[in-house]
Amino acid sequence: MTRRRSPKFDAVTPLGLTLRYTALCVVLLITIGPMLWELSTSLKSPFEDVYSSTPQLLPRHPTLHNYDLVAQTIPIWHFAENSVLVAVLGVGGNLVGATAAGYALARLRFRGRRLVTGLFLSTLVLPGEVTIISQYQTVTKLGFGDSLIGVALPGMIGAINVLLIRNAFRSIPDELEDAAVIDGANVWQRIRYIGLPNVKGILSVVAILSFIAAWDDFLWPLLVLQSPNKLTLTVGLSYLQGEFSADPRTIAAGTMIALVPILVLFAVLQRFFFRGVGEGAIKG
Amino acid sequence: MKAHRWYTPWLLVVPALAFLGAFSLWPAINTLLLSFTNVHTLTGGRFIGAANYTRLWHDPQLWDAIINTLLYMAVCVPLLTFLPLLLAMLVQRTLPFMGFFRTVFYFPVIASAVTVALIWQWLLDDRGLVNDLATEVGVVHKAVPFLEDRWLLLFSAIALTVWKGLGYYMVLYLSALGNVRRELHEAAAVDGAGGVRRFWHVTLPGVRGTTLLVSILIGVSAMRVFTELYILGGSTGGIGGQDVSLVFLIEQYGSGFDGQLGYASALSVLLFVLTAVPLIVLARLNRRNEG
Repeated sequence: MTRRRSPKFDAVTPLGLTLRYTALCVVLLITIGPMLWELSTSLKSPFEDVYSSTPQLLPRHPTLHNYDLVAQTIPIWHFAENSVLVAVLGVGGNLVGATAAGYALARLRFRGRRLVTGLFLSTLVLPGEVTIISQYQTVTKLGFGDSLIGVALPGMIGAINVLLIRNAFRSIPDELEDAAVIDGANVWQRIRYIGLPNVKGILSVVAILSFIAAWDDFLWPLLVLQSPNKLTLTVGLSYLQGEFSADPRTIAAGTMIALVPILVLFAVLQRFFFRGVGEGAIKG
Repeated sequence: MKAHRWYTPWLLVVPALAFLGAFSLWPAINTLLLSFTNVHTLTGGRFIGAANYTRLWHDPQLWDAIINTLLYMAVCVPLLTFLPLLLAMLVQRTLPFMGFFRTVFYFPVIASAVTVALIWQWLLDDRGLVNDLATEVGVVHKAVPFLEDRWLLLFSAIALTVWKGLGYYMVLYLSALGNVRRELHEAAAVDGAGGVRRFWHVTLPGVRGTTLLVSILIGVSAMRVFTELYILGGSTGGIGGQDVSLVFLIEQYGSGFDGQLGYASALSVLLFVLTAVPLIVLARLNRRNEG
């Protein structure tokens, strides 16, 4: 699609470009500068002065020593496994549970459908922190206190995900599904061959967001977990801070172990994320 | 024509409904009930009327938390409503590397609050990068106690929240900007309106709905602040215990083996009232304006 461009409005002047890219680079520096500084600190050897009044971005003798050191002090790789487990449970639960409910609410007629949709909507005005104490009591009574299942459980089917997926299913034209019904396709076949292929965009957004939410969550695992070997990365790191107030290099190494995987994952999947977010905005 | 059996929809909905009931609806009711009791984590409790609520009124830390939250809102709402819009305008045009900038600007959103707070803690340390550079340039002669002073700590946490939120609201504005009609910009340009005037008279009115939504979202998230303060100031809420938020107090009272679930629940009800009431009022006003 070519649009007629009015030169006055759209012209890319060298000055305009320079200003734009300068501004972008300043923001870039503010955004990832702190992260790069932390990365650099994590690679500095114990013999290099990290407090120097003339800051050095590039470590003089880069070393992975600090990563060994942090793993010797807390079982950080085990914490990472715990975080992955919680995140995978969150992604799986939402993809299955929220998709099933979203489909039924969008495409199947049944008594009580509006009431059920209303219930899901009503919890959106309820910040999660409001119910966290009572949730903690519930999870403890169910016998999942101080366990990774207990950490994962409340986030496994999110109301917002049910509603997002429901909206995506609603935008499929009725004729498509009516034709399948006439051809004798049952509900499972219609979900499999008509529903799912049309909501892939929002499913990838839900999957990415659930993974990040679980990986980053702090308050809830902090409440639920007590045993030192069951901690997730975020909670483990918050304890590391107390033990290591003396050495910023080790804390930096721990921080990088939590930070780098999620950023890499996002950078790889960002295409699907931004595309899905765009689709969601259009279909509303 | 029979499209499905009567129980099929329920089969699909029940798992999600069970989770909603167990982890949202019941906890909401239970929080209200608990707030009138003195239940502790390990011991049961009994009905004590409104005692928790009178205690709220006399809790000096709660007043600190409310003052902090108001300051949080006063700084975050204007900054995070305005700056991400500018940022979205910078990355909106199809020019080389825009995808790269967009993705990297989103990095602080993806990173967990714990990791970025640890990163900032090192930056703002007495002997950290910020103080080094400031001393080097000669802006200050003595290290600034960002993480020790009651107010500096609060404003450091606010700055961190703004830094972390920029990318999130940028993405919301990006889809709104996509819907601003190009023809309007072109017409304005033909009429001789410069960049600044087009921003005020075309772009801003075009994204007004999003601006309102964004400022509400920021207000609500300012009410829910926790991790930034907890990591930067430590589990006590700064040296004097004054750098706390409502969620901070809920965690402090409700956690551990001797957690005071009753009092923490009263705090939770207060949090709900302070968050939901403005939301409902805004929604009403909005509906009246449209109707």
